Amino acid sequence: MPELGLTPEIRFDVNGQLVQLRPEPGEMLAETLRQRLGLTGTKIGCEEDECGACTVLVDGQAILSCNYPTARADGRHVLTIEGLGTPEALHPLQQAFIEHGVVQCGYCIPGQIMAAAGCLLAHPEPTEADIRAALKDTLCRCGGYPSLLRAVQDAARSMHSGESMGGPSVPKVAGSRAIGTVVPRPDAAAKVTGQTRFTDDLTFPGMLHGMALRAEIPHAILTSLDVSEARTMPGVRAVLTAEYIPGAHDHGLFVKDWPVLVGVGERIRTVGDPLALVAADTRQQCQAALARIRFTCDPQPVVSDPRQALEADAPRLHPNGNLLKRIQVRKGEADSPPAVEAQVEGEFYTPTTEHAFLETECSIARLTEDGRMEVYVGSQIPYSDRDQVAASLAVPVEQVHIIGMPIGGGFGGKEDIAGQIHAALLARATGRPVKVLFDRRESLLVHPKRHATHLHVRLGADRDGRLRFAQTELYGDTGAYASLGEKVMTRATTHSAGPYVIPWVRSDCHAVYTNNPPAGAFRGFGVTQSAFGVESALDELADKLRIDPIAIRRINALRAGESTSTGQRLTESVGLLECLERVEAEMRRLHGPGNLFAARPDPDQPQLVRAWGIAAAFKNTGLGGGAPDKATAQVEVDRHGMAEARTSSAEIGQGLVTVLQLIVAEELALPLDCVRVLLSDTDLTPDGGPTTASRQTFVAGNAVRQACELWKASATAYLAEEYDVAPAQVGFVDGGVSIGQRRLTMAELVDRMTAAGRPTSVEHEYRAPDTEPVGSGTDIHVAYSFAVQAAEVEVDRITGETRVLRVIAATDVGRALNPLGLVGQVEGGVMMGLGNALTEEFILEQGRVFTDRLGRYRMPSIVQAPEIVPILVESPCSHGPYGAKGVGEITSIPTSPAITNAIYHACGVRVRRLPVDQDWLARELARQ
Amino acid sequence: MRLWENYHRPASIDQALSLLSGSEPPVRILAGGTDLLLDIRSGRTPAPCTLIDVTNIPDLQGIDIGPDEQLQIGAATTHWEIARSPLIAEHAPALQQACGLIGGPQVRNVATLGGNVAHALPAADGTIALLTLDAQAELASCAGRRWVPVETLFKAPGETTFDRQQEILIRLAFPLRRTGEGGAFSRVMRPQGLAIALLNVAAWVRLDPAGTVESARLAVGPCGPVPRRARLAERALQGRPLAAESLAEAGRALRHEVQLRTSPHRATSEYRYHLLDPLLGRVLWAAHAEAVRTHGRVSEGAHA
Repeated sequence: MPELGLTPEIRFDVNGQLVQLRPEPGEMLAETLRQRLGLTGTKIGCEEDECGACTVLVDGQAILSCNYPTARADGRHVLTIEGLGTPEALHPLQQAFIEHGVVQCGYCIPGQIMAAAGCLLAHPEPTEADIRAALKDTLCRCGGYPSLLRAVQDAARSMHSGESMGGPSVPKVAGSRAIGTVVPRPDAAAKVTGQTRFTDDLTFPGMLHGMALRAEIPHAILTSLDVSEARTMPGVRAVLTAEYIPGAHDHGLFVKDWPVLVGVGERIRTVGDPLALVAADTRQQCQAALARIRFTCDPQPVVSDPRQALEADAPRLHPNGNLLKRIQVRKGEADSPPAVEAQVEGEFYTPTTEHAFLETECSIARLTEDGRMEVYVGSQIPYSDRDQVAASLAVPVEQVHIIGMPIGGGFGGKEDIAGQIHAALLARATGRPVKVLFDRRESLLVHPKRHATHLHVRLGADRDGRLRFAQTELYGDTGAYASLGEKVMTRATTHSAGPYVIPWVRSDCHAVYTNNPPAGAFRGFGVTQSAFGVESALDELADKLRIDPIAIRRINALRAGESTSTGQRLTESVGLLECLERVEAEMRRLHGPGNLFAARPDPDQPQLVRAWGIAAAFKNTGLGGGAPDKATAQVEVDRHGMAEARTSSAEIGQGLVTVLQLIVAEELALPLDCVRVLLSDTDLTPDGGPTTASRQTFVAGNAVRQACELWKASATAYLAEEYDVAPAQVGFVDGGVSIGQRRLTMAELVDRMTAAGRPTSVEHEYRAPDTEPVGSGTDIHVAYSFAVQAAEVEVDRITGETRVLRVIAATDVGRALNPLGLVGQVEGGVMMGLGNALTEEFILEQGRVFTDRLGRYRMPSIVQAPEIVPILVESPCSHGPYGAKGVGEITSIPTSPAITNAIYHACGVRVRRLPVDQDWLARELARQ
Repeated sequence: MRLWENYHRPASIDQALSLLSGSEPPVRILAGGTDLLLDIRSGRTPAPCTLIDVTNIPDLQGIDIGPDEQLQIGAATTHWEIARSPLIAEHAPALQQACGLIGGPQVRNVATLGGNVAHALPAADGTIALLTLDAQAELASCAGRRWVPVETLFKAPGETTFDRQQEILIRLAFPLRRTGEGGAFSRVMRPQGLAIALLNVAAWVRLDPAGTVESARLAVGPCGPVPRRARLAERALQGRPLAAESLAEAGRALRHEVQLRTSPHRATSEYRYHLLDPLLGRVLWAAHAEAVRTHGRVSEGAHA
């Protein structure tokens, strides 16, 4: 019999090293690897066996280490990402992942690679089906599944045949010295070997764990709160309530209406509202202490829907009532719409959806020796975090240092405060470093979601398909707090008539508070919702008029010289028609002449029917609406000839770090390995503004480019003086500088400049052209990106199951700076759009969260990935760096309506509510 | 909350039984853990004091042909092993298909058939397939061992008829496949929400050389609080060839003996009934084809 009360010691092999230890009660292999062995390459995403991020190999078999009791590893061989290969000796899978651009945020990558490694052990020559099956339950929210498939195939082929790998499949663009070339990300090698440290991978000596008590009731007044017992629990170092907060009690990105902690007598507005904070030696001790906190509250009627919230007798959730913002767009002088020969009208609904980034929120706060508060956090807006933390701590902003960590997916969900202020308060109270980590459930309850939106769309047109009016009405559920709700619903409204020339437009929107979790930024930012409405309605109109869906878009598409629904005249950079043409050309190439949108039943299985659908979209680049849109960057070159670009802008997987590296390499004629990029640190990097609105390539790109130009101008002036030549004689080329016939390396140049007391670092602020608020009739945005996607679906007419076979995605990016990264954005955007259409719904029941675990929220897996054909269109924007515009969001927007339009063409059922419910669809089909 | 306090990995059934009765309660048997550990984490099941990990017991592993022309599967055999086993492919295609669909590869590498059965859910894919194989389960306790039909193991969703504090499921067995016999399994899933079948169906038929269905076994999940054979539908198929008419009759009979409920946010009752006939047809024809195949093989054998 084993020793009573103690699990026996075990011995097992990890990456070729013998490990001997005694597992603790409840210890899982993931914890052993990460905490006891320091192998933090293995990540934790859900602890529910859902996401696969924690996959390692045990005796050659892929298992989920987050729920694998460590004791079970006795006598076995464990292989983790660190054991598979290192940056100096990459495994072919790691190499392939780098080359094929599979790595975006990097959080899922170790799990993907280990699952793929397991696959190759069993199937050295895997078919596509083998790979999809093996990776079925390793999720990637950045979504580059087709590239992932190709990478594994390439690695397998190479390993089996001994031949070198084939490399990625990337559309050809006109490259230059650096920009437009296919390059691996500078951080890819660290990500594929598990060396990249995300916030939860860090520990500090003496570090405590912090957790919040969440209200778990959607609407109530807190009437009492007793933390006295919790304070006495083992390991507890602090228990804080609202009284403790020295500074601002509320935070928020614009409207500061979101409580840091709800105090007694105050209103609880959503289930995730925090009531108290505990810091303890272990997470378990935190949980035990939280369980001992007693509180009473006076439940209030729940406001669960925006229209209900606007009723006269609805409870007021905020002092100014439940209407956050009313947004209106008016185009055309007449009071009523013109008479038309055809019109359609429809009600649409898009539900709350969830970012489901693989890395849950984590903040570590630490008081430094000189009394400053350091916060390590993966945040999309470091300077905003700094401001909000400082405000609640009641200290000047200079006393707070935000150290931006790699972000395991953001998509807009890491713009608001998560645990930063809580961690800082606990660090202040205890004098020790405190880590606040959200588990998946807390992440689901707390961070802002996509606005559930009711849309009413009415379109009128002439018989030839020319649109004469558009009338849209929107209700957006902004949940308990404003977050970015005003901006999101403004965007939804200004884009609600689609990328079309329409002489008369009336758009009205109410952004409304409810007792649901707050809604805020989420890739697409309101346009995901309104595009679904208008693109569905337009297709309906086309059907009614018997006009081809491509033709009706061609007739009405915005072109240079035309005005948007807000009255902005677009003078340049409108690549919509080219997107449409190229999608059509690809469809023709596949199907030849004839009706591209005809339903095609499967001859062998007649219940299966295929068809195509198409949709167009546009999305602003930059903040717009009169907001100052700027970014500051520093560019410095050191005496080794190593250049560094610095800005606080965040890398969330989108490839900003690569874009900035390419720009510096381009401008200063340096090889990529001589260019570093430093991001996201409020002490070390100037303010680049938020990573949102698809703006960073544009603003930070311009800031870096212009800083480089200033750097060159300064160096040129110095050299012209030194060598007594005209400035035109100076050129930056091949890693150095030429002055007439003479050459200096960059290192030599910097050396001389330094000796001469000349600055070798430039800081520059770029300000985007001014924009005006909605309603001014002028430019509300500096640029728009455009996209057209065609989706081929197959519908099972009996079960209602729908799968997407192929998506042709054409995107006008202005100028393709980082084509490999762009392919990733297209693939990932399409996958997110596919999820939005077919798999994702964050379900709320009277303010309570039904979708409180990842298992209940399904994001697409590789088995659902269609073939994706990316087409890059370049219609340059003169204000963008080299003509580039934003791309982060546009690729995810037309996908949902393209899919639902395809479903209509396949089986005649019009989808007006997302996600497509196969249950409902089957019953609709049975009724036909 | 610690997920357990004491963890044991006994090397024999007797050791496991001794621990079961001698350990600090609550005590739970742990196989793969892909259901139990999640249930403990989420609070659906109280955290046990003691976990007895049975995956190290050789007697609980393995797929072999046992006495009395029975195929035997150790309860701690993983779905992965079952899905790749030539013996299972030969003798129990429905079980192979079912186990090959559970979860994903990582889960199948650790999750066990015994765990699937003992978790006692109404639509457990492994269980549904086993019912059509007329499978028996061997239970071990300090008092000895006994065999019971798998169909009698279930009391209510998540509850077994045997006392899990006294008995351990150690083995599953079913007759070897004979000529003219064939089985199949299929299910309908939903891409949203939990990855549990909306409806799953397993079928087994024995055909005489003329193609008459001599005998049929059917199981549908979730058909009620516990998984059961659909005996009325089976009778409708017997004694005649499989055809549209007999299928329709079986479908009608099935409707009398299953309760297909609405699961909120998952499937409406109406949809499940809508799927019943198509899924039944799909699975029965596949089982039929498997059965016909064995007749064909015997003919080949005769010529060899």
